[in-house]
Amino acid sequence: MDKLIVDNVAFSYDGKTNVIENINISLHEGELVCLLGVSGGGKTTLFNIISGLNRPQSGRILLEGYDITGTPGKISYMLQKDLLLPYRTIEANVALPLLLKGTKKSDALKKVAPYFAEFGLEGTQKKFPAELSGGMRQRAALLRTYMCSSSVALLDEPFSALDTLTKSELHRWFLGVMDKINLSTLFITHDIDEAILLSDRIYLLGGKPGTITDEIVIREPKPRRADFNLTDTFLQYKRDIIKRLQ
Amino acid sequence: MKRKLQSTTSKAVLPIGAILVLLLLWQGVCAMGLVPGFMLPSPIQVFQAFISDFGLLMQHAYVTLLETLIGMIIGIAVGFLLAVLMDRFEPLRKALYPLIVLTQTIPTVAIAPLLVLWFGYEMLPKIILIVLVVFFPIAVNLLDGYRSLDQDTLNLLRSMGAGNKQLFLYVKFPAALGHFFSSLKIAVSYAVVSSVIAEWLGGFSGLGVYMTRVKKAYSFDKMFAVIFLISLLSLLLIFLVNVLQKKCMPWENKK
Repeated sequence: MDKLIVDNVAFSYDGKTNVIENINISLHEGELVCLLGVSGGGKTTLFNIISGLNRPQSGRILLEGYDITGTPGKISYMLQKDLLLPYRTIEANVALPLLLKGTKKSDALKKVAPYFAEFGLEGTQKKFPAELSGGMRQRAALLRTYMCSSSVALLDEPFSALDTLTKSELHRWFLGVMDKINLSTLFITHDIDEAILLSDRIYLLGGKPGTITDEIVIREPKPRRADFNLTDTFLQYKRDIIKRLQ
Repeated sequence: MKRKLQSTTSKAVLPIGAILVLLLLWQGVCAMGLVPGFMLPSPIQVFQAFISDFGLLMQHAYVTLLETLIGMIIGIAVGFLLAVLMDRFEPLRKALYPLIVLTQTIPTVAIAPLLVLWFGYEMLPKIILIVLVVFFPIAVNLLDGYRSLDQDTLNLLRSMGAGNKQLFLYVKFPAALGHFFSSLKIAVSYAVVSSVIAEWLGGFSGLGVYMTRVKKAYSFDKMFAVIFLISLLSLLLIFLVNVLQKKCMPWENKK
């Protein structure tokens, strides 16, 4: 079943030149789909529309069949930076989406508590973001995103700010967590390796105005082997994508 | 641990040492009779005046502190409200910002006599003057704090479905707390000085009133005792603000 459908969306900031147009995307239950494209190609713009922050000039966003175009708060959205609020402890940061929906603080904290182990964040509950490493902060940010909505998540370059080693560690962690929580996820990256390693499907976004130019299905079963990115299959996908991007 | 101990001792020892050296110099100048005694009392004489007048000084200090406190509370409330409204309504900000800057260009000493003429010799004119000097740093700093916030953070909370009130409570106000406390430190010292100035120009009690009295009596030792007391009160209030800030912003200590 389609969790999320982006139906023929077009958007422009000035009302004249479209930044993106003819965008059609579907996301199935539990699927991990990646939007791959160069920076400045309108990927973040598209996420701002799907999350409801901006309204498209034309087209609709459907969540489980309901039209949610221009309605924030339905889909969880993780922006490029971790954006943990420095003056709240990690547990208070993670519980933020629940508090904003009107849950009592004690109930919200109780509700988020069990996920700390699942997300590899034990012992960080009472700490402030400044006390955590970049990788741990990113984990906390993802947990907060998950607390916002457990059905669909948008992740905007979630691992781009990390160094290579932390990044591959987080990739493994991410695949493990995603396997457990069954979150339907759409994520942005400009890193081809990351896209192949993590996704079930890849949309290529390109051109001016930005539009979906291609779609690639990665048929590697999950959970994936840690050395998947060293296999011939992986390289074939990579060659294929580079060819299609040119 | 050792280094920490060293740094705290040097932090305390150096300034205290400097003050002691200065006091010794002053005492020396007086003891050698370089300046006539009635013009510059020695530190020991000032201290004696402070002790002998202690009860009286405390009575006047109580009044001054009370005025300062009431003025501060109202001033903070006004500054806070202005900042919130000006942040929420852009046209209001554009209309009022130049006006409130203008209020600060009027010298305190110039407006204080007018306030005394208009509102009498009781506490009211003093409190009004304090409110006038306090609301400005609070309003301007809070406003800067609200506006310095990262647009992405606001977007994130909006994407979670936060409304304007929630944005304020969860992000804007906590983010502006640092700005608020720095302005509070400025406001506190302004407030004490302003209440003394307002008291100079007329009143029945307060450190400013006492100061004009001892000045007219040429009791310079008592005069110095008051000056030191006023400085001490300001320092004490700034210290209290620092303690409050540490309590209210525990995340700052973790960096």
